[in-house]
Amino acid sequence: MNKPRKAAALISGGLDSLLAAKVILDQGVHVEGINFFTGFCVEGHTHAIRKKDRARPKRNNALWVAEQLGIKLHIIDIIEEYKDVVLNPKHGYGANLNPCLDCKVFMVRKAQEWIERKGFDFIITGEVMGQRPKSQRKDTLPVIAHESGAEDRLLRPLCAQYLPETLPEREGWVDRERLLAFEGRSRKPQIALAEQFGFEEYAQPAGGCCFLTDAQYSRKLSDLWSARGERRYELDDIMLLKVGRHLRPRPHFKMIIGREDGENRFLEGYRKQFTHLVTRSHNGPLALLDGQTAEGDLNLAAQITARFSQGRDAESVSVEIHTTDGATLTRQVKPLRGEDIPSHWYL
Amino acid sequence: MSELQLDARCMLCPMPVIRAQEKIEQLQVGDILSVCCTDPGAVHDIPAWCRVHGHTVLEIVQQEDEITIRIEVRDA
Repeated sequence: MNKPRKAAALISGGLDSLLAAKVILDQGVHVEGINFFTGFCVEGHTHAIRKKDRARPKRNNALWVAEQLGIKLHIIDIIEEYKDVVLNPKHGYGANLNPCLDCKVFMVRKAQEWIERKGFDFIITGEVMGQRPKSQRKDTLPVIAHESGAEDRLLRPLCAQYLPETLPEREGWVDRERLLAFEGRSRKPQIALAEQFGFEEYAQPAGGCCFLTDAQYSRKLSDLWSARGERRYELDDIMLLKVGRHLRPRPHFKMIIGREDGENRFLEGYRKQFTHLVTRSHNGPLALLDGQTAEGDLNLAAQITARFSQGRDAESVSVEIHTTDGATLTRQVKPLRGEDIPSHWYL
Repeated sequence: MSELQLDARCMLCPMPVIRAQEKIEQLQVGDILSVCCTDPGAVHDIPAWCRVHGHTVLEIVQQEDEITIRIEVRDA
């Protein structure tokens, strides 16, 4: 009797990886999902932070996909190792700070290590030839297979008909004739296949599943590196870039200002690490101050904080400044007017 | 059988799920893991992870902004 073959499917939570896994499951292969958490993933937590979004579903799409497919899903923390991908991408960045090709190589390499450790036979992804400008081109798909070390153990069921035969096809673990020939940016074939499989609901994240493809987020990350004089980050840094208004009024400090209660509560968790400001005479935000302050800067920071409080039109607002050494200062300030905040302060 | 605690407060999803997954991999069938979290997304994500792996959620207790999820490890 033939040994049942096992495949690890890279599951992002989107439609393509759902379909790719389903196509292989339907050929009788045992499939388990792998989902990598880089820290830049666009996940339910950003909605969870903002109180106004609390009514939205907070599901993890990769887990939801696994449930639809009836497969196990292993969520893997790659935050530390992923830094090198973001900081030193061999193949460079896309339109923003998205190192898509290096990212795919890295994830498939991690999947290859995983299947070797777990005794699985091959890897499947939801890649579609021509769908992404950098990582899913005819000339870059082989780069991913080669540089990851997966070589012909990497199968792309949605566009396999356009690609050379892989090991699972040659060995008859899967039937090549039942694999697909999707290409290009149109989503119609995927939507039709989803309908055929009976998937009525699936995630279609606008702009992909990674914050690094977002222009504003990339600008904030560039600013962080520029202000520090070096390209490095910790998880807290990149999480904070997802939250609040970010203003840099001076080269040596920036402010992160909560936009509503959910964000203020999230920022409260960082009070011990940053000088932080709160308005006392009026309801207002929690503001973190990141960087060094010189003479006059605390007053400016207090005026900015007051600007985003309910006292924005008042003559004077009382602002408490809590420094990281435990001191508390109180300042009476006149809130900055909207026109006093140059647009280039906003990151 | 043993009962363990996991402090996943102030972690945003999917970190509570990842930490619970790592802890459960070290436990035996019948052990109980109590995960304490603050991200409301964990109420959905941890039970979903348990369902796909065959573990049992015994109870979910929510007190103000803290959520405790008790999981019984099953033979997954």
